Amino acid sequence: MAETLLFNALREAIDEEMGRDDTVFVLGEDVGAYGGSYKVTKDLYEKYGELRVLDTPIAENSFTGMAVGAAMTGLRPIIEGMNMGFLLLAFNQIANNAGMLRYTSGGNFKIPMVIRGPGGVGRQLGAEHSQRLEAYFQAVPGLKIVACSTPYNAKGLLKAAIRDNNPVLFFEHVLLYNLKEDLPNHEYVVPLDKAEIVRPGKDVTILTYSRMRHHVTQAVKGLEKKGIDPEVIDLISLKPLDFDTIGASIQKTHRVIIVEECMRTGGIGAEIIASINDRYFDELDAPVVRLSSQDIPTPYNGKLETLTIVQPKQIETAVENMVALKV
Amino acid sequence: MVQERTFPKFQAPAAKISADQGLVLYEDMILGRYFEDKCAEMYYRGKMFGFVHLYNGQEAVSSGVIKSLRSDDYVCSTYRDHVHALSAGVPAKQVMAELFGKETGCSRGRGGSMHLFSSEHNMLGGFAFIGEGIPVALGAAFQSRYRRDALGDPNADQVTASFFGDGTTNNGQFFECLNMAALWKLPILFVVENNKWAIGMAHERATSQPEIYKKAAVFGMPGFEVDGMDVMAVRTVAQEAVARARAGEGPTLIECLTYRFRGHSLADPDELRSKAEKEAWLARDPIKRFEAYLLEHKLADQATMKAVRDRIQSSIDEALTFAEESPEPSPDDLYKYIFADE
Ligand SMILES: Cc1ncc(C[n+]2csc(CCOP(=O)(O)OP(=O)(O)O)c2C)c(N)n1
Ligand SMILES: [Mg+2]
Repeated sequence: MAETLLFNALREAIDEEMGRDDTVFVLGEDVGAYGGSYKVTKDLYEKYGELRVLDTPIAENSFTGMAVGAAMTGLRPIIEGMNMGFLLLAFNQIANNAGMLRYTSGGNFKIPMVIRGPGGVGRQLGAEHSQRLEAYFQAVPGLKIVACSTPYNAKGLLKAAIRDNNPVLFFEHVLLYNLKEDLPNHEYVVPLDKAEIVRPGKDVTILTYSRMRHHVTQAVKGLEKKGIDPEVIDLISLKPLDFDTIGASIQKTHRVIIVEECMRTGGIGAEIIASINDRYFDELDAPVVRLSSQDIPTPYNGKLETLTIVQPKQIETAVENMVALKV
Repeated sequence: MVQERTFPKFQAPAAKISADQGLVLYEDMILGRYFEDKCAEMYYRGKMFGFVHLYNGQEAVSSGVIKSLRSDDYVCSTYRDHVHALSAGVPAKQVMAELFGKETGCSRGRGGSMHLFSSEHNMLGGFAFIGEGIPVALGAAFQSRYRRDALGDPNADQVTASFFGDGTTNNGQFFECLNMAALWKLPILFVVENNKWAIGMAHERATSQPEIYKKAAVFGMPGFEVDGMDVMAVRTVAQEAVARARAGEGPTLIECLTYRFRGHSLADPDELRSKAEKEAWLARDPIKRFEAYLLEHKLADQATMKAVRDRIQSSIDEALTFAEESPEPSPDDLYKYIFADE
């Protein structure tokens, strides 16, 4: 076991996969000589050379399209979005070509590529650098969307994403890069499509992902003291959603709270609620509650920024309220 | 009317072509022309749907460039892609079946006219949005260089040809990709088919520097202007560019001055282009011109050329029968091809 910071866990994943498969390469802004804006590719440039750790000009749409072309012709690109928000400029290549081209081509081509990088709100970076993009992308057919939350799952999931034969949008969170965890010395891969049961429980199902997992964990400490026993599930895969795990939990608790960092309107939670209504309506003892971030551009001011995002106390209250409705 | 660009003079003695090679080009141009004529007929008869953009008039570009490539090179097109696909070797049957929305189509009926793909023929698409194919082509070219220089594969000398229109050269992806291609010396040909119009937008009204080939210079890339109605001229420039790319000397921008003989798509009333302009360009029909060339250089006689035309006509008739008789995709397969490995 070795204590590892999350950004280094990601780095190890990339290093191991590049060592294992020489068609894997990294591209993006400042990924090479500079080592990545969060040091996820530090020293890989020296190790693998400038073609396999390719510093690109600031041309997001074009280098994303270039990765699609490289993937169609047999390479396995990993794009680092210096900040995932910049990938808004690559929306066309991500949606039309990474997402849809396999289908549109009638299966002629596959597009094994990973688009990863820092997202989410934190550090008072202001609206444009504090985007919540997962909801924008969830409607794109053909994309897989994954959010990591711990050093362990970050490493194992990134390895799985690199090996997957489909385009995977891989969200990291700016505030989680320095999380520490003892990682196994042996190689491991974490499946992309399985939600993680963070804490088994029986009273209520809390569905969450990315940084909000840690807010939920904090809230759970308070709830435990009050004798409440929630089941916490980290969704991991935001698309497709793991309804086996979600469904089994609902059949046990009959109550669901969603805690998400994305915006409320058209968010991941909105999609989950609709799907739960489709599949498990009869299992529910209470309407599904969703705690989302506010439908506003992330404000710079620290207090306003905090108000924009769901906080542990709100989660605690929401769970208590839901449990109090007990029928 | 804006003054016509002068055509570059082509040095006739430089072009050498055997009778066999001449007939390959001739056959390919005839195939492109006859195929498109059949599409127009089928579209107006209600057998084809969606937007259908025909290539009539521009055949010298597709044949001149793609017939200068090897079969393991890559071709990347736009929505005006039927003839590029045919030149790249995708069988007419598969292209026609695609336009009929059939399971036997090159994109299994999922793509349609603007989304022709064939992994078998290294045909990378078929892109319906302006400019989005250029980065994809760049990626294929990067892949060749990666295999050669990062993985040490001496046989990785494949070249990619990326085709697009004059209007598309005002899009950022064009400039961004020229930059990266030159920066990394990628084996790619940027082939601009300057047909003077982007739907109803005259080229001169859309761009501050209408001579597109000159835009190569700021990227330190060779740029050539070529008579796009002359397959021999296109071929000569393309062959040089391919040789340079294959030798690791980087990209080339080729601006082919050409013209489409039909509207932008079969849905376009084509009201803006003047009769005089159309007639002037029709008089430069690349097929007639090449026929004259073949005769003049005694590379083919009338009977040989007629035999080619007859053969192509019957292959198009066969393609049509094949397309009509092929099955549609099964409704059970509606979700097939969303993800690989499923
Ligand atoms: C991103 C995008 N914007 C607009 C269109 C609509 N459109 C289709 S073709 C076209 C004109 C393109 O002209 P040009 O690049 O000269 O190619 P040509 O059609 O002449 O071959 C336009 C505006 C599109 N397909 N994609
Ligand atoms: Mg045009």
